[in-house]
Amino acid sequence: MSTSLIAANTIRTTEIVQVRTESPTVKTFILPDRLCSKAKPGQFLMLWIPGVDEIPLSIMDAGNGLVSVSVKQVGDATRHLHGMEAGAMIGVRGPFGTSFTESRGRVLLVSGGTGTAPLLFLAKQLSAKTERLSFVEGAKTKDELLFVRELSGVCNEKSLITTTEDGTYGLQCLVTEPLAKLLDRERFDMIYTCGPEVMVKKIFELTEQRKLPLEASLERLMRCGIGLCGSCVIGKYRVCRDGPVFTASQLREVKDELGISKLGFDGARIPV
Amino acid sequence: MESNRLRVNLAGLELQNPTILASGVMGFTAESLHRVAKGGAGAVVSKSISAEPRAGYPNPTVVQAEAGLINAMGLPNPGIDEYAGEIEYAKTILRVPLIVSVFGYSAEEYAAVAKKAVKAGADAVELNVSCPHVEFTGAEIGQNPKLLRQVVEKVKAAVSKPLIVKLTPNVADIVVAARAAVEAGADVLTAVNTLKAMAIDAETMRPILSNIKGGLSGAALKPVALRCVYDIREELPDVPIIGCGGVSDWRDAVEFFLAGASAVQVGTALAWEDTDVFQSITKGLEVYLRKKHFGSVKEIVNLAHRS
Repeated sequence: MSTSLIAANTIRTTEIVQVRTESPTVKTFILPDRLCSKAKPGQFLMLWIPGVDEIPLSIMDAGNGLVSVSVKQVGDATRHLHGMEAGAMIGVRGPFGTSFTESRGRVLLVSGGTGTAPLLFLAKQLSAKTERLSFVEGAKTKDELLFVRELSGVCNEKSLITTTEDGTYGLQCLVTEPLAKLLDRERFDMIYTCGPEVMVKKIFELTEQRKLPLEASLERLMRCGIGLCGSCVIGKYRVCRDGPVFTASQLREVKDELGISKLGFDGARIPV
Repeated sequence: MESNRLRVNLAGLELQNPTILASGVMGFTAESLHRVAKGGAGAVVSKSISAEPRAGYPNPTVVQAEAGLINAMGLPNPGIDEYAGEIEYAKTILRVPLIVSVFGYSAEEYAAVAKKAVKAGADAVELNVSCPHVEFTGAEIGQNPKLLRQVVEKVKAAVSKPLIVKLTPNVADIVVAARAAVEAGADVLTAVNTLKAMAIDAETMRPILSNIKGGLSGAALKPVALRCVYDIREELPDVPIIGCGGVSDWRDAVEFFLAGASAVQVGTALAWEDTDVFQSITKGLEVYLRKKHFGSVKEIVNLAHRS
């Protein structure tokens, strides 16, 4: 991303225009923001919940002056956010970070949990440009399997595989199970993934064994969002500035930390 | 490759070039520091490290102001015992001096942390007596000449490596603090840390930073920092000064040298220019010195001091 976008990126306060409930724990927030409405799939924004916290969120959709983020309620900040309704004031800066590259040919997207949000954004942009788009989506349970209807609209019926850990929808397994079979059966020009890091690590191992290209979006504790504070590092990379989307060759350089350790609030290494 | 023109020596600390990564920026891990060094920094300063771990403040911790940033990170750090491993690892990969920034809540604590940092391999210690947003340390020490003297004396007695004291601009007369630090044993001064500041959002009618107040850095700070370096140099002609505040290109660096600095620290500019900022500063400096027929950057130090 060009650095001029960072320099001109002061916080903007704006009204939430719409809140949509996606699952018992996930809501989508839609905000008007000129800069973020130009975001590319994979980029993130910093959302300021006034008086509470400021958190990094993957962008789920952007365009027409609006930007959307899908947020799972996991802690204090997201609990406050879930309590906000259309009309509430919120702060935003961004979009920041790298985006997924646009690959043509045959592409495969693999998501877990709320990692589906940025990949839905990507799938929508890629569907018209690719020869074939396949999607494997996994979640713990049916309730948490996000955007199934939207994804069915983007890929054709047969190229969407869903998995749940408890078997309440789709196949009862982890995404990596059907993925391994798919990778052995079909040829892909690019694989994209976003989700829990343990899943990303497993997918990285599968694509490495088969020498396939991969782009993965990673997550770390983030503070400044603009590459200064060093909180979100993995190896020599900063997730906020050099990522959040990393290529297979970058992942190779950080494989000692991928799925294993990250920095905590005090900068000490803790398990992922 | 750098020429001898850019070499400087700060109280025994040999630098290939006079640009240094400022404390607080990217300094959590050895690998981050290494990356900054590869970007061309002549030396790097770690995050400020204390005796015990600190989580820092909740977000927002950084907010963009008109011509710079305001931050209130809250000195997050893993504590010296944990960080010692990072220092040891950094020393095996870095080819430039590693300066460890330390802080404490008493003179004894500053000295204990500094001692451990040096034992782990720090080439120099920089005392953070100037952070404007954490209570009972930082600027609360740097603004009080008596306390400042005690801290510097204790640390000086505890470590044999060059001792740098980073001063706060949030005082009526920075020369008073500079003199206290030098008389107590400071080998080098860094001028300056951030200027206490805040940001308020008109729509929500709230302060933006979770800590309400923080420190202003970047271009907005530069004229203030230049004046501080100039003032110290007028009164204390001998102590090496590291200029810090809004340096983002070679011209900023030259201005600090002319005011009396022997080196500069760069921090906020990494947000706009990334780690290559060091290389572009040193390249520009080299061209400037050649064009003006100077054999060394040392020859331009102080040149603005003529009546």
